[in-house]
Amino acid sequence: MFSVGAPIKDSRAPGGPIETRWDRRRFEARLVSPANRRRLTVIVVGTGLAGASAAATLAEAGYRVRSYCYQDSPRRAHSIAAQGGINAAKNYRNDGDSVHRLFHDTVKGGDFRSRESNVHRLAQVSVEIIDQCVAQGVPFAREYGGLLDNRSFGGAQVSRTFYARGQTGQQLLLGAYQALSRQVAAGTVEAFTRHEMLDLVVADGRARGIVVRDLVTGEITTELADAVVLATGGYGNVFFLSTNAKGCNVTASWRAHRRGALFANPCFTQIHPTCIPQSGPHQSKLTLMSESLRNDGRVWVPAKAGDGRAPGDIPEGERDYYLERMYPSFGNLVPRDIASRAAKNVCDEGRGVGSGVYLDFADAIARLGRAAVAERYGNLFEMYQRITGEDPYEVPMRIYPAVHYTMGGLWVDYDLQSTIPGLFVIGEANFSDHGANRLGASALMQGLADGYFVLPNTINDYLADGPFPAVDPSAESSALAAVRERVARLLAVNGDRTVDSFHRELGRVMWDHCGMERTDAGLRKAISLVRSLRDEFWARVRVPPSAGFNQSLERAGRVADFLELAELMCVDALHRTESCGGHFRAESQTPDGEALRDDARFSYVAAWEWTGGAPVLHREDLEFEYVTPSQRSYK
Amino acid sequence: MNLTLRIWRQAGPRERGRMVAYEVAGVSPDMSFLEVLDMLNERLTLEGAEPVAFDHDCREGICGACGLVVNGVAHGPSKATTTCQLHMRHFRDGDTIDVEPWRARAFPVVKDLVVDRGALDRVIQAGGYVSAPTGSAPDAHALPVPKEDADAAFEAATCIGCGACVAACPNGSAMLFTAAKVTHLARLPQGQPERQSRVLDMVAAHDEAGFGGCTNTGECTAVCPKGIPLETIGQLNRDYLQAARRPARSRP
Repeated sequence: MFSVGAPIKDSRAPGGPIETRWDRRRFEARLVSPANRRRLTVIVVGTGLAGASAAATLAEAGYRVRSYCYQDSPRRAHSIAAQGGINAAKNYRNDGDSVHRLFHDTVKGGDFRSRESNVHRLAQVSVEIIDQCVAQGVPFAREYGGLLDNRSFGGAQVSRTFYARGQTGQQLLLGAYQALSRQVAAGTVEAFTRHEMLDLVVADGRARGIVVRDLVTGEITTELADAVVLATGGYGNVFFLSTNAKGCNVTASWRAHRRGALFANPCFTQIHPTCIPQSGPHQSKLTLMSESLRNDGRVWVPAKAGDGRAPGDIPEGERDYYLERMYPSFGNLVPRDIASRAAKNVCDEGRGVGSGVYLDFADAIARLGRAAVAERYGNLFEMYQRITGEDPYEVPMRIYPAVHYTMGGLWVDYDLQSTIPGLFVIGEANFSDHGANRLGASALMQGLADGYFVLPNTINDYLADGPFPAVDPSAESSALAAVRERVARLLAVNGDRTVDSFHRELGRVMWDHCGMERTDAGLRKAISLVRSLRDEFWARVRVPPSAGFNQSLERAGRVADFLELAELMCVDALHRTESCGGHFRAESQTPDGEALRDDARFSYVAAWEWTGGAPVLHREDLEFEYVTPSQRSYK
Repeated sequence: MNLTLRIWRQAGPRERGRMVAYEVAGVSPDMSFLEVLDMLNERLTLEGAEPVAFDHDCREGICGACGLVVNGVAHGPSKATTTCQLHMRHFRDGDTIDVEPWRARAFPVVKDLVVDRGALDRVIQAGGYVSAPTGSAPDAHALPVPKEDADAAFEAATCIGCGACVAACPNGSAMLFTAAKVTHLARLPQGQPERQSRVLDMVAAHDEAGFGGCTNTGECTAVCPKGIPLETIGQLNRDYLQAARRPARSRP
């Protein structure tokens, strides 16, 4: 199934006391003089929080930036849909928060499968992010005194989450988009919309450009630069149904992986506990209900299986507020992996209510009044009502877990550089900060930390060796030819099944066998199913033949890559026989059903090398000097 | 439910378009409008016909990518709802539904229901930002903002840039879009230094992009999925007048 290669090490990670490492790295990294920056070009793929903030910041610093996105505007990247908030260790609440506590919570929340150095840097930088966003005019929620408001999120006992109603991602992304727009106007960024990266150009062992398809004309070209930054998001759409946007895909990351970048911890996926349940077989995507709802909503199911009564008819004594019962100290605010699995378990016991569990605001409305609840969650309640036709002010919401985020991604060192020199990976596309489970409100923090503060400091060290010599034309033309050949192959099959039918089937296999609970037998079965589905795809897919604007062709290329990634996810999940965070192996659990880690054997990052056949595993051992790994307890 | 969809088909920017009728059977009331198009496209693909091109992405009403004129109304019959969040329970069995792209001079058709909205990006590039380079920010609490101002700024900032306001406007004006950004930044202390140049530059870019002038018809706010109020245009007009009266060199 796989073989084991040489261990891998993060050669850029500085040593010394953890509080000083980021300062030290910034000091030791070489700089590029302002005059030389004008001669260096950086390609940034993706315009979400990480990509837009990186492109804007690099351009402000004086680099020439080329920015690419598949959407019709940079503002549409899926960061826009993040609802709940962004964490920062400001301690404005005077509730005992600190950089060290945010660091500690994040390492623990990730179930001890992330790097201490990276996470500590993230916590340090979090403070600057809020300052930066406020200066840009991001309209965070404020209190009557004019100061910023905070709320709590899962996995934390302090209030450190900054928010803009239920649209925090939108407001942060628009801030980054506007900073990017300012640089476009200044001529330092060239923005290419409706362009999709289909391959990476590697020459003399360095990432030197990308192959892109203009989605309007269908033209395929190469674009060259001194460095390439991927900010292309996660791969949750391998499950077909997820909270991701329809266009989210793994293609840029996967193509880089096939060119030599290691892919780390692909089986670490996050299933979010509070999503609107599926309503029928036509479902094209799932919609998240922000985790912030668990601040005031109470999760429950009927105590008895098969209780068919309306929620209002079930008396208090016959309800099971199972999170509060099982985890009295964190209650409804346990981390996502724990809340999701608990929901699955009560539904498997037959106590689910119409394919979900209740999230009930009756107590909050009685305590705070309807107006206060509307002020906090109004837009979420409206969204719920639009989709389900039910009014959550009157009847409890019904929620069920859904795929939401992927902690795995391309392997990067402390500088956020992949194993291909000159290829940097930021935001959800890399694997670096969340371990085996991401805490709520930490994705926005990481995306902006990488884009505004980390990458713009670390990339200088690489670019100090540039400008690099002209790219060998054969490297360029072979990448171009490979992409054209693949597109031609997709169009040539002309079979009898649609792209979506394959995608749905793949999603079902992954959800059943590589979802909330994984077993040896199930994963082996999934691998064989994925392989035969992949063969069938290339024999039977039907893609309408339009040469120019062709949305089926876009999807076909993405699904073809998901069909390859899916196998690696299953292999990774199979090899990691422990449970940790969102990766729950049924064979490895505590007596009360919690994830049971095996630190002696698995305290490492699994970084996979593409070979075309069985992948090669490179282990990066994790060291914990500041947070002692323990069985996570939220009881 | 069984429906007849009459859909605008146009092969490319310079081709002639026309309405084409499709019968769609077995529609569930729980489907979203875009899921009906998905279903139709699956069938068209298997029949060897060209599927209908339409923009969409998040399908939860926030990215602003989708946008169809449904029975003559931008985003369809439900108030404050994007096309992706429009569910079929608002239609009846046997209905005939017209589906067209945004129609405006500044939004050329790319294909079928897909239009080019790059003009909206150019309006933002002209000044829809605060110049705050990364790293230069003071502590977030250095400058308190009255809650009333923060809330008003937020309301305006919720614009998703879908372009429905332009599609609904008889003049093809993007004034509500422009005013939303002007108002968002004008209500915050951070937006003050560039307030006057911003409004002048954005309105100039708006006009240059081929959007029409605003005559206060109010169709824009009626279809806006985020309910951006018409008062934002009043704010823009006040700011514009004030800025235009000052000689250029004394303008911030």
